[in-house]
Amino acid sequence: MTTDTKRNFKVVGTRPNRPDGVDKVTGRAMYGADATAPGMLWGKVLRSPHPHAEIVSIDTSEAMKLPGVQAVVTGADFGDPESLFVSDVQEHCMAKDRVYYDGHAVAAVAATSASTAAKALKLIKIVYKPLPHVTDVDAAFAHGAPVIMHHRAFEILPPGTSANATNFCEFGHGDLHEGFAKADLIVERSFRTAATHQGYIEPNACLASYSSDGRADLWCCTQGHYHVRDLCAQIMGMEAAQLRVTASEIGGGFGGKTSIYVEPVALMLSKKSGRPVKMVMSREEVFRATGPTISSSMDVKIGMTKDGRMTAGQAVIRASGGAWPSGTMEMGAQAAFACYDMPAVKTIGWNVLTNRPKESAYRAPGAPTAIFGVESVIDEMSQKLGLDPLEVRILNAADAGTLSSYGPTFNQIGLKATLEAAKNHPHYKAPLGPNQARGLSCGFWFNFGGNTSVSLAVNTDGTVNITEGNPDIGGSRASIGMMAAEELGIPFADVRTIIGDTASIGHNDTTDGSRVTFAVGLATIRAARDAIQKMCHRAAQIWDIDPDAVEWEDGAAKPSGPNAGQFPPMTIKEIAANAFRTGGPIAGHHEVNADGAGVSFGVHIADVEVDPETAHTLIKRYTVFQDAGKAVHPSYVEGQMQGGAVQGIGWALNEEYIYGADGRLQNAGFLDYRIPVASDLPMIDAVILEIPNPGHPYGVRGVGETGIVPPLAAVANAVTRAVGTRMTDLPISPPKIMAAKAAAGK
Amino acid sequence: MSTIHVSTTINGAPTDFVCEHDETLLDVLRNRIGLTGSKEGCSSGDCGACSVTVNGRLVCSCLVLGAEAQDAEVHTIEGMADGPTLHPLQKAFIEHAALQCGFCTPGILVAAEALLKEKPEPTDEEVRYWLAGNLCRCTGYDKIVRAVQAAAAEMRGV
Repeated sequence: MTTDTKRNFKVVGTRPNRPDGVDKVTGRAMYGADATAPGMLWGKVLRSPHPHAEIVSIDTSEAMKLPGVQAVVTGADFGDPESLFVSDVQEHCMAKDRVYYDGHAVAAVAATSASTAAKALKLIKIVYKPLPHVTDVDAAFAHGAPVIMHHRAFEILPPGTSANATNFCEFGHGDLHEGFAKADLIVERSFRTAATHQGYIEPNACLASYSSDGRADLWCCTQGHYHVRDLCAQIMGMEAAQLRVTASEIGGGFGGKTSIYVEPVALMLSKKSGRPVKMVMSREEVFRATGPTISSSMDVKIGMTKDGRMTAGQAVIRASGGAWPSGTMEMGAQAAFACYDMPAVKTIGWNVLTNRPKESAYRAPGAPTAIFGVESVIDEMSQKLGLDPLEVRILNAADAGTLSSYGPTFNQIGLKATLEAAKNHPHYKAPLGPNQARGLSCGFWFNFGGNTSVSLAVNTDGTVNITEGNPDIGGSRASIGMMAAEELGIPFADVRTIIGDTASIGHNDTTDGSRVTFAVGLATIRAARDAIQKMCHRAAQIWDIDPDAVEWEDGAAKPSGPNAGQFPPMTIKEIAANAFRTGGPIAGHHEVNADGAGVSFGVHIADVEVDPETAHTLIKRYTVFQDAGKAVHPSYVEGQMQGGAVQGIGWALNEEYIYGADGRLQNAGFLDYRIPVASDLPMIDAVILEIPNPGHPYGVRGVGETGIVPPLAAVANAVTRAVGTRMTDLPISPPKIMAAKAAAGK
Repeated sequence: MSTIHVSTTINGAPTDFVCEHDETLLDVLRNRIGLTGSKEGCSSGDCGACSVTVNGRLVCSCLVLGAEAQDAEVHTIEGMADGPTLHPLQKAFIEHAALQCGFCTPGILVAAEALLKEKPEPTDEEVRYWLAGNLCRCTGYDKIVRAVQAAAAEMRGV
């Protein structure tokens, strides 16, 4: 594909007001919990207090007798989906004969009011037989750990491996032995990272309406309503066409709304009661039962020459994605050394089961924790060798033609340019005060493309409606509309973009992997080109010339040259006005499984100040450098970079799932699970670089995920330099800093 | 279940409702009055997505009982714009891209309006501390602080 980088963009690169802005500042926008239906019931879930137990019996008879209760469901109401994956998802939504984590759903009630449903839950009698549990990744991997599920290993694992091990992967190239032999310095370190939650402010919510004719409608906040439709249809034993899913506005997701939790339960309650059922998770339920990230433990070993060139790198990642198999550590193992041109590299990933909720994606899943380990060791080696850590990264940075650590050879990538921008930025040379230090880290994300459908209708007044199928999680309606306006040569205000439901447009993969601006943008540009071709035909018809002699420029058809004929340009408005007389309505569409997403790199610089008495870490200054390929709406690109950085800062400093010895989550609320608040932070400077992605007509790369990757190590490296001892265990909370200082005699 | 009859004023309009004795103002607004602009993010007063003012005081409506609205003046996000004319804060949030998902936005706008009533010329630090009870997971707060300052400047006529 040719990228039109010399193009003189008129709309792309500007900062128009987003089309959904007014609805979202006036309270009119409808989110997951905002819909109602006539005769609607309220559904609530009863959850297990045990981390691991056999369900001996469930007695719902008293609950059913409570006036106002219309339906009760348990695992017995659900069948056995053919697909093992769907079966796992279903079991996570509603337990069958065992509970696998504190908060696991065991029953649900639908009643005429939320308070009645809550009362009914207390009348359900469940007899559990508690089983031994394990919530720590290293403990679960150890010999003799309680076994959570048997026979879930996807590979033939070496004898003696924990029965909880399910997934294994290995990547790399070159001769490690030879590589380490060439090194002047070898550093090997172990790291641990806590599970964190996506922390979207909108709890998961849905409204399900199942009709007695077997058709159903589901309204929910999700990143991917097609995926919700496919999962729920399989769980409910429905054909896909009979279940229409509409994505509400979404109050944050960050990967956490790529699966289902209460949706099939609401459908089942609606089916049994014959009435619409609304379910809204509480914040406590969100923490206990929706996807946190993996928790991980890893060993990193790097060899380096005395001038800073890496000769070999190795990482072993042990991760847990909760009580069901998870492949997230595979993306971590791929990403660990992706930033560098490694002569020899090997990464190994393990997943092990623990009694925790089923892990869900969180912004660049797997990459932040893996890269935290690698970037920490590089920082330590730079310190030991007396080298500038930024120069070391420039020396080793992957470039076009580099064989990546996970297999592919990179084409045009922006890491070196991003590192150079960081080096030349005033932040990197700015003076530091007492107890302050500076850290930096590179970051990487693959970026996804994927299956995408876009339909573009030209209205009779020449304005345009776009129907796409990816929930707008951070301004994508704006960027999609901008690309359509750019391609058609019309004002952005003439385009309105909506997100269709599953019955109104073909399949779309979930809003994930930073795919939307890239893939939906690509499909939108091609849908616009499809419409343009049709409009050129209509103009040719009116002019009575060959369609090949018509071209499109600035929102109008015009003869391609003097030989084609002498006609003034015919605008989209004129063509549209004549549509019914020249063959009927005009629309363009495009369906694609988009590849060529173009990998993404970023570099972050963090200045911290660590209070010598309280060990509280304050972020003093923070700058993000990231390659956007082409920033369609720069304000929302900056927003992705800033938001990702702050989530990463939270992961580095505050956020963690804390399980007690009883296997129960101890901090299931925003008071005790502390995400960064406004007063914790400085401004987050965002520097956009534009190294065009050859896989997109305008050079666009996804920008959503890379931003969360570097902060873990950037902050850890800064704190390490501030306190004089290496911090290897996230989050770097004050007690850990105190303990590390005490251990180092400081 | 006994219910309570409450007479109140919401966004300037006299309003009557009945609610359960333990029902929160947030649930009343959302489920009985149909004002779903105030959001429930935590129901424990930690996230601020349900921020409203009661008799001019900024509160989390999830921590106020519906019954407490008797004879009170309640203001919600739905009352912020003057008909079709957006409040300068609302305009600034759109123009500065200070929202991504928009879920925390109503609460932050209500809180920011209360700040600017009290302090028309806040420092960035004052904005950050005032909004520390309003969680936003999308933006990293940078553009929110800038938008509040831009609106404050516009409201001061500079």
